Amino acid sequence: MGFSPWAQWRHPEFRRGAREMLGITLGISAWGLVTGVAMVKSGLSLWLALLMSLIVFAGSSQLAALPLIAGGAPLWVLWATAFCVNLRFVIFSAQWRLYFGHLPRWQRLTLSYFAADLNYVAFMRRFPDPRAEPEAQQPYYWGGVALNWCAWQLPSIAGILLADRVPTEWGLGFAGVLALLGLTYSLLSSGKSWISAGVAGCAAVAAYALPLRLNIVVAIAAAVAIGLLLDHWKPDAAKPELRA
Amino acid sequence: MSNWEVTLGILGLALITLLTRGFFLLPRRELPMPDWAKQGLRYAPLAALAAVIVPEIVLTKGQLVSTWQDPRLFAVAVGTAYFFWKRGILGTIVSGTAVMLALRLGLGW
Repeated sequence: MGFSPWAQWRHPEFRRGAREMLGITLGISAWGLVTGVAMVKSGLSLWLALLMSLIVFAGSSQLAALPLIAGGAPLWVLWATAFCVNLRFVIFSAQWRLYFGHLPRWQRLTLSYFAADLNYVAFMRRFPDPRAEPEAQQPYYWGGVALNWCAWQLPSIAGILLADRVPTEWGLGFAGVLALLGLTYSLLSSGKSWISAGVAGCAAVAAYALPLRLNIVVAIAAAVAIGLLLDHWKPDAAKPELRA
Repeated sequence: MSNWEVTLGILGLALITLLTRGFFLLPRRELPMPDWAKQGLRYAPLAALAAVIVPEIVLTKGQLVSTWQDPRLFAVAVGTAYFFWKRGILGTIVSGTAVMLALRLGLGW
């Protein structure tokens, strides 16, 4: 038990993992479709869009990468941006370690690669106790992952193939920006996060003339600095937060 | 960017997916992290997203939009209204895109 994702699909927990993802994958599929269309509409060739969908497998970093690739940003800015957009996974990975930290490294590597947001949410709801139960946890994990992967990749590939049929003048590439906008709003949890995001947006516009799309790096640095200052002046436990 | 550069960029993005999702899971021992870094981390994802999308909405070729007849502004306004009404990302995409299509195809903006 537990040496391969393929060895686990007969386990009842595998089916349960897939079933419990089913309800939340509709949004994932729509998001995948939009990402597929946006990749092609931002100027990626069919093959590069397919490559990106199949190997990057992270919607928000793919969408954030598109304007940077189209604008000719240097690779390190592209990668730094993707890393920052993906930082939430860094935080999740500390949690995953409590469940899967004992496994051999190559298994940890495969588990890590497929650990998308919704898998995290579903898994932590199913196993709130942070301790390892490999018998049930691994099949549950792989069941959820298998469903999530299909619910993302199939619409994404459909979007890539259909995008060529849609005239560029329709402006459908902008759907990718709208998807990121919704994601951004969902992360705005406190007054401090509003201020920090506002600073990032203004700084990115104000510094737009910088070469190499360095405005993104400047904006992230400014927003993190403001966030840390606000935490210092007004720690979380204090009064109710101001609403912007 | 040339095609091979984009390919290299995409390979790097895939590696970043793996490294961020496994950041604390991959090393043999647990990694210590200073508290200020943990706190600062919380603001970075939001900052990166805002920094990418705000210029995409308000700039045209590096200049602030000078006309209100820009479908992006209306798509964002409607998407925003939807989000804070229903709290759904899917509806934000759908309503904003619908406005985009209506203005582009219907009014020819």
